[in-house]
Parts: sequence; structure tokens; C-alpha cells
Amino acid sequence: MADADVIVVGAGIIGAACAYFLTQAGARVVIVDPTAPGTVCTAACMGHLVVMDDSEAQFALTAYSCRLWTDLAARLPRPAEYEPRGTLWVASTREEMAIAEAKSAFYRARGVEAHVVTQGEMAALEPALDSSLPGGLWVPGDSVLYATNAARWLLDQSGTTVLREEVVAMGGGRATLDDGRDLEASVIVNAAGAAAPALTTGLPIEPRKGHLAITDRYPGVLTRQTLELGYLASAHGQATESVAFNIQPRATGQMLIGSSREFVGFAPGVNRAIVGKMLERAQRFVPCARDWHVIRIWTGFRPCTPDNLPLIGPAPGDATVWIAAGHEGLGITTSLATGRLLADRWAARDSAIDPVPFAVDRVAAGAHG
Amino acid sequence: MADMLTVRVNGVVMCVPPGFTVLAALDRAGTRTCRTSVTGEPRGALCGMGICQECRVTIDGRSHERSCMTLCQDGMEIVTGD
Repeated sequence: MADADVIVVGAGIIGAACAYFLTQAGARVVIVDPTAPGTVCTAACMGHLVVMDDSEAQFALTAYSCRLWTDLAARLPRPAEYEPRGTLWVASTREEMAIAEAKSAFYRARGVEAHVVTQGEMAALEPALDSSLPGGLWVPGDSVLYATNAARWLLDQSGTTVLREEVVAMGGGRATLDDGRDLEASVIVNAAGAAAPALTTGLPIEPRKGHLAITDRYPGVLTRQTLELGYLASAHGQATESVAFNIQPRATGQMLIGSSREFVGFAPGVNRAIVGKMLERAQRFVPCARDWHVIRIWTGFRPCTPDNLPLIGPAPGDATVWIAAGHEGLGITTSLATGRLLADRWAARDSAIDPVPFAVDRVAAGAHG
Repeated sequence: MADMLTVRVNGVVMCVPPGFTVLAALDRAGTRTCRTSVTGEPRGALCGMGICQECRVTIDGRSHERSCMTLCQDGMEIVTGD
């Protein structure tokens, strides 16, 4: 007898969301991960639940996922720290106000509330922002949460067995553990994030390192997730190194500061030079950040694909291996939609959004610019 | 004494000699709680030498200053319990 219907490899938020929806669809699921749930990439995420506009496919996935998060919100436990803070996109130059206008039009045409705000309106919304900044875009429907605890809750709710073992190979209805044992199932889901290509050869995923800094408590200084409109250029370019202003006020009053992006393989050490640039960027937008005490800095590796869309669906050449990886910097947001898409496939039912743009064989490995 | 400094601790005026740390002033004022932990518990000075971060207070509006490492200045405003 098989060990499960579905074996999910990876107990981050993606694996947890897959387990959550697959069990709801009636599958017997086992999760395998040698590390504690939600403590690797998931713990190096801000937990910003955000509707994105950089492509129709990304919009469909993030908007659907944010709806699923909103549906769950009332049930999320207090430690998940779900807060409907909204997103304030800040223009750094007059020219960027045109981006705010375009972004607003895109959202509004698709039923997402968005308001272009002037210099004065922005100063009233967030007085800590530099008053010389020209304005921005206020998107009230976005939220934040503490991703590690949300992932653990999804796992708890699913009732899934979590095996603290390492999978070293998968294919042909088997997941092979490092002690040589095989686990059998109809489907093996590769939800191993940036490590996914080590288990499924040819996946076009590269680790994109990021730093986060968290401060002492400064309650009320900012109330919204506040980031620069230029963030998209940083996030969705394929530059070797970039930083962008992004601050998230936490429920404790602490400020979570990002962001950096580097292609440097799996080197986990703190890069002081890029952290310096990241904090300088934050101070340019929020001058009082100069007085903040940073109490911890850590790093993680975004699973980055060449077209910045995740890989969701069967692996080419082996129908028993399904991929749920490559979510780059949007994995917390898009985890729920990812789990739903795979659960829909399991249950052979239609999905709320078109899964084709996320098909695994759409991009080839080595396509990274 | 002409060279005494005047500081305020939670609004109460007191005089201290030059060279007094803020922590020493708090001790003289009988204030043992410097700050409140993230779970709402009182916290006070432990190491007294700048390492443990437990003695943080708000000084002249700047939050999270280490009272043990800060010398009193004339007119200083010290607030505890944040």
C-alpha cells in the first residue's frame, strides 16, 4: 500500500498550503522536511499579502490568493498576526507619479480599490515619510501576516503528518529519503523552494538572496506597509544586485525593513555593504529611521524564475512529480492559490483562475539573464 | 552645590552630580522599571554595562536609549516604562 496519496516535499508556506487544500480535497498527505515548518525561506519573508500588477498572470494569481487569505482571516490564530494594513506605494520622483497613475488605472479596471495620493495627502497618511516626496498610491485592501506561524497553522489545520526526514530524490511515484528508504504515493509535490532544482533537474529556479532587518519597537510611527514604486524595477529586473525601500510595521510596533536582491548562490552571510545601502534607502524615505535601533539582520533565498512567475503543475516527463516552487518574493501571498490549483488538479475540477501561465515547461533552465 | 545637574524622571525634577549615569539617577529616584517587554512585563537594568539592553528608557524623546551608558545632562527629560 502507498504511504500516502500525495507526498509534499517542503514544509514552508507553499508546502503547508498544498497540504491544507489537498487534504480538503480528500487526499491523504504526508509532508517531508528535515527542518522545522516555516523556518527557512518562509521565515525570511516579510509576509506582505499584496495584489501585484506586473503581468495579467501575476495579477490573477495574487488577487485570487489575497481573496483566499481574506476568506481565512477570521480563522487565523492571533500568533499569525494578520493585519489589514494596506499598501502605500511611494513615488520617489515626479516622474514616478505617472507609474502611480498607471498602477491605479490597472487596479481599478480590475475591481481593486486604489487611490493616487498627492504630496499633502500622503503626508497626512504617513507623517513619518519625507514631506518632500511627491505622492504615491494607496491600496487599502492588502494585508500583512507573520508567515512562519501562518504556515504552521495551515499544517495543523490539515492534520498532515510531518516527517522530519530529508528527501534526496523523487520520481516514478517515489520519494527517496537520505537513509535509502522509499516513500510511495501517486503524486510527489516538489515544494522545496530555492532547493527545488536539486530534486527535479532542469527547473529554472535560482536563489535570489535577500536581507531583512528588524528594529526595536516604535509603535505608531508608520501604520501601513510602505514601499517605493521603484520596488517593481528592483524585484522584476534580473539585475545582479539591487535594493528597494520597503518597511512593514509589525503588530509589536517593530519595523521590518527590506529589501535587497542579489544573485550570489547560497551564501547565507550578512553582506554589510548591501545592508548599508538598504538602510540608507529606508532613511531617504523615512528620515526618522536614522534613530531606529536595528536588533537583528538575517538572510534568505527567494526561488527566482526567469519570468518572475512560479512553477505550478506536473514536471515535464514524469506525471507523478508536481512542482510548486519558484514564487520569488511573492510566496506568502501566492501560497494559497498555489495549493488550490494543485488541489483542483488532484480533484480533477476546474480552477478559479487559468493555470496555464504557471505551467512548468513554459521556461527552460538557463534562461536567467 | 553650583555644579549639580537638574533632570526630570517621569516628570519629577531631581538634582544629580555631574558624571551620574541616567541609570544612577533612576536608582536615586527609586525607579527600578526601565521599560516594558513585548509581552507587557516590567524590565530593569541587569548588566549595567551596555550589553543586556534591559535598561532602555526614553531620553529627550529618543526611545530605547541605554540608561546605563548615558550620562545625565542638565535639563534632560527621562521617561521609563515604554
